Amino acid sequence: MSAPLLSVEGVETYYGNIIALRGVDIAVNAGEIVTLIGANGAGKSTLMMTIFGSPRARSGKIIFDGRDITQMAPHDIARAGIAQSPEGRRIFARMSVYENLQMGASINGAAHFNEDLERVFTIFPRLKERAQQRGGTLSGGEQQMLAIARALMSRPRLLLLDEPSLGLAPLVVKLIFDTIRDLNKREGLTVFLVEQNAFHALKLADRAYVLVNGRVTLSGTGRELLARPEVRAAYLEGGH
Amino acid sequence: MENFLQQLINGLTLGSIYGLIAIGYTMVFGIIGMVNFAHGDVFMLSAFIALIIFLALTQLLGLASMPVAFLIVLVAAMACTALWNWAIERVAYRPLRGSFRLAPLISAIGMSIFLSNFVQVVQGPRNKPVPPMFTDLIRLTDGPLSVTLSYKQILIMAVTAVLLLAFWFVVQKTALGRAQRACEQDRKMAALLGIDVDRTISLTFVIGAALAAVAGTLYMLYYGVVNFSDGFTPGVKAFTAAVLGGIGSLPGAVIGGLLIGLIETFWAAYFSSDYKDVAAFSVLAITLIFMPQGLLGKPEVEKV
Repeated sequence: MSAPLLSVEGVETYYGNIIALRGVDIAVNAGEIVTLIGANGAGKSTLMMTIFGSPRARSGKIIFDGRDITQMAPHDIARAGIAQSPEGRRIFARMSVYENLQMGASINGAAHFNEDLERVFTIFPRLKERAQQRGGTLSGGEQQMLAIARALMSRPRLLLLDEPSLGLAPLVVKLIFDTIRDLNKREGLTVFLVEQNAFHALKLADRAYVLVNGRVTLSGTGRELLARPEVRAAYLEGGH
Repeated sequence: MENFLQQLINGLTLGSIYGLIAIGYTMVFGIIGMVNFAHGDVFMLSAFIALIIFLALTQLLGLASMPVAFLIVLVAAMACTALWNWAIERVAYRPLRGSFRLAPLISAIGMSIFLSNFVQVVQGPRNKPVPPMFTDLIRLTDGPLSVTLSYKQILIMAVTAVLLLAFWFVVQKTALGRAQRACEQDRKMAALLGIDVDRTISLTFVIGAALAAVAGTLYMLYYGVVNFSDGFTPGVKAFTAAVLGGIGSLPGAVIGGLLIGLIETFWAAYFSSDYKDVAAFSVLAITLIFMPQGLLGKPEVEKV
């Protein structure tokens, strides 16, 4: 088997003196959907941002496509081919939907911009209707679509999705997850998904990790983890 | 009536200069949340640069055509001042990014003192006279109190209008301007999309300095004299303009600049010229008390 597209090796991240990640090891192979589930405050979003070098890992290594990106500047990591739809979506609220998408295409400039724009408008027709509207006026679901579309505009080889289902209506969650599955199946897009919504995420993912208090405590295929009693007890019971 | 028209022309001229400087304050505040106290001195420095280039062109090289000289001076002063401000940001502000909030502010005050002292040392403390140029007047009305519009005033308003339009185009329509606005809203997200944030901040200083240099060149031309201490008062007035217009807002900076220019001029004409600065700064106090967001301050209500 070839080397993984992304491998996180023994990464420790601190906020000041407080440790957030205590030696995390995770691998994402090309063409996979890998999910990381965990409770609030487990360090999921910290890992997502650490992959982008902000905050910087204090020890350990992050390798993307054979390159050590641990010490690279965030904008260079984006240029290396990773895109992120971050926690809280972080839409540019005072820019139009169209401009947000232009920002997403920053690393490619005008090259194949129209083609990529058509592509994301096909995936999310709602964004086409709203193209001239300001990002801040979109509903939560539309903002999530925009965050994903903006990430896709750079033609990433790895897409990081941080809690895309947060605060959205069940129908919209289904639409978002279906879209992720489609992108993966049809275009072979590699996805690393962080979720609190463990049920949906585990059903979608090829492989999964469970993060507790900054440590990976379990890993396996999505199906395996869905069947584990401790996962059911901690993340699935009482919901859905 | 004649007096009113005349003061309106004078006020708009002065306001154009304030507006150009105010953009530098408002852009830097927008992107890194810092009041750049050295900006007024960068403006003063640019006036000296413009004067030196002007004298070199007309007296050393014997260039006779004033419009050509003016154009060269304007472009060269913009370029030199931009380079200065780029260096200032690298030396005095960038190393302090990520430090506590007041650190770059204090550094800016230090840079302000350094710049005015530097110019005082190398150019001397006395007023430097500027050779007269564009001295013609247009008489708009005849009578005992005739309203006049000088070529200088036309030039100032026209150059300001053209450059503001060009600047507006850059900010609204180019990738550079888009990156600048994105960094203003969310620097971290901009970096995640591949924007080099440090470079964008540098460019903000460069653009702000170029517009301050336009103001500096026009100021030198209008008043016919420059002094190392000329950065302070126009700098604080332009800052007032930026606050009045709503700090962070580009159209606000221009409107604020014009308003401050008009208030100051009318106050001097109808009440007392001794208290014109008091009038301008009272506006700052009143704005901060009753409308802290300024005229075009950003509405912070956004759907989440």
